[in-house]
Amino acid sequence: MPDLLQPFRRLGHAVTERIWRLGFASRFFFALLLQSGTSFRRLHLTLREIYVSGVLSLLIISVSGLFVGLVLGLQGYEILQRFGSPEYLGVMVALSLSRELGPVVAALLFASRAGSSITAEIGLMKATEQLKAMDMMAVDPVARVVAPRFWGGLLAMPLLAALFSALGVLGGWLIGVVFIGVDDGAFWSQMQSSVDFRYDIWNGVIKSFVFGAAVSLIAVFEGYDSLPTAEGVSRAITRTVVTSALAILALDFVLTSFMFRGNS
Amino acid sequence: MSRSVLDLWVGIFVAIGIAALLFLSLKVGNLSSARMSNAYVLQAKFDNIGGLKVRGPVKSAGVVVGRITDIGFDTHAYEAVVTMTIDGRYHFPKDTFASIYTSGLLGEQFVGLEAGGDEKMLNPGDVIAKTQSAVVLEKLIGQFLFSKASEGQTQK
Amino acid sequence: MLSTPSDEPLVRVDNLFFSYAGRPVLKGINMSIPRGKVVAIMGGSGCGKTTLLRCIGGQLRPSAGAVRINGNEVHKLDRKGLHDFRRKLGMLFQFGALFTDMSVFENVAFPLREHTDLPEEVIRDLVLMKLEAVGLRGSHRLMPAELSGGMARRVALARAVALDPMLIMYDEPFTGLDPIALGVIGQLIRKLNDALGATSIMVTHDVQESLLIVDYIYFVSDGQIVAEGTPDEIRASKDPFVHQFVHAEVQGPVTFDVPAPSVRDEFLGRAVVRA
Repeated sequence: MPDLLQPFRRLGHAVTERIWRLGFASRFFFALLLQSGTSFRRLHLTLREIYVSGVLSLLIISVSGLFVGLVLGLQGYEILQRFGSPEYLGVMVALSLSRELGPVVAALLFASRAGSSITAEIGLMKATEQLKAMDMMAVDPVARVVAPRFWGGLLAMPLLAALFSALGVLGGWLIGVVFIGVDDGAFWSQMQSSVDFRYDIWNGVIKSFVFGAAVSLIAVFEGYDSLPTAEGVSRAITRTVVTSALAILALDFVLTSFMFRGNS
Repeated sequence: MSRSVLDLWVGIFVAIGIAALLFLSLKVGNLSSARMSNAYVLQAKFDNIGGLKVRGPVKSAGVVVGRITDIGFDTHAYEAVVTMTIDGRYHFPKDTFASIYTSGLLGEQFVGLEAGGDEKMLNPGDVIAKTQSAVVLEKLIGQFLFSKASEGQTQK
Repeated sequence: MLSTPSDEPLVRVDNLFFSYAGRPVLKGINMSIPRGKVVAIMGGSGCGKTTLLRCIGGQLRPSAGAVRINGNEVHKLDRKGLHDFRRKLGMLFQFGALFTDMSVFENVAFPLREHTDLPEEVIRDLVLMKLEAVGLRGSHRLMPAELSGGMARRVALARAVALDPMLIMYDEPFTGLDPIALGVIGQLIRKLNDALGATSIMVTHDVQESLLIVDYIYFVSDGQIVAEGTPDEIRASKDPFVHQFVHAEVQGPVTFDVPAPSVRDEFLGRAVVRA
């Protein structure tokens, strides 16, 4: 008889565990927001984290943005010339980058580059009792360690996504105009007449803000919640990357369905 | 790493990010053209607007002079009401003709304004009286076939 | 804080109980630690001595009993009170727990920067003074990863006393050190305590080193205090537990084996279970 009930018990355990963690994460988020004063009163703490998650991600974001743009240029030209309208290449590259690829791919890269290092750093600080030591020195680790990393990541993300999109457009231009020979004027003017600032660019920026907040929150939470062992930290890093990727894609769907309802 | 080096790098990073945003807004997007000085609103009623979309361009002699800001439906006249925001630099006579054109065979649709010869100008909020609806491809083809068919019958 | 006569002990632990996940760890601890003294809490691994230290520092909440420091009950303090209390507390963690992303200088400066608005020159002087006290003024530019175990422990010690605490707590300060570094740390603990007029509590299982520097010793076994006394009393003690511990004997009341079914049952009893 107990064997028959075992699967249900396991299912129930898994569900309650998830809900408990979700609740813990939300409480953690509110504590983080409450303790965020320090991050702005002592701005250099946050600046340091912008350096760690923003400046150190510049290279990977720039290179990836350029290459995504190059590929979009090649594929876009190939498809558009079938319909005899290669001058729409600029529109296609700019719209796909500013609306989707820029925020989403930049956020995915950001999660694996900066998110994982945030988790690793906080997890290792926990494992080596640095967070406890801080607590014993009457310094709240959430205010001093966690909140600046969250805000640093949140602020760095939109700038990285913008850079990704901008370099992607340049990559598309390089392939389309310089190598293939699409008309330069048509490339830019078609793009400018079809890409709307508020509708396309600004919505992309909002998306990257939301992704930045999600990735940073997941990264600091997994680090703070990790088991203080080598294995615990490595599992926390894996969870950060996986959960962030899922969160980015799911949030992207939700945001897209609110922002772009096909009335364009 | 010393404080000043870190500040410098963060400064460079933020500058690059803002430059990228500006590039996207001005060069890629149409923030510069979207901000029209002293824009005013005109309306036009059409029997059929075809595939006209909000945010589509309003052109005169091929120059973009404004944007479509709203498309509504008049339940009394059963007509489409298109609201356009026109750049304040451009003014049009009272007897301006508004038509819906398609750029290329499959391109986007836009409102074209053709100025008439009236001395009086359209005021903000005015409704353009003379309009021509969108050309609906299916209707055209249908008419063409119909006329061909009737031609054939008369020849018999 | 209440003004209390100086002959009142700084720390009083009254009938302290603590359980973790239903398992009792501390079973009625009574201690009193006078001002200006260095007191050691000793016992084997897993006997609850670190838990006891955490209860005193307010990191863990006991299930019953009270800890009074300077007349205030630690676990009845609100957030602000606990914050103020911890500013007067220095703690040295088992492996130092230095902040690995900061230099030695910044590590020692950390409590000063967090809790004071002192100008940069004053912080610099104070930090170098503290580092001088532990003999590491010349290493202030190094990162923690570049330090040996003993040096890291001394930096952590300098950081623990940066705000001139009234109570310093040491969690296994001797773990993983070579005999020379061990002697240096031992002497520093004594010297800093006397120079600062502070009180020190040290959790350790290093008997010989502790006997040289402490004023009083509590022996903890299985969550209870089993013996106490000055170093001389401890050395002369006939108590079998203390004797075994001090002389590091294998045979005695502390058994080497974890309680388990008898060897006979474990290896030969399977047939019996099946039957």
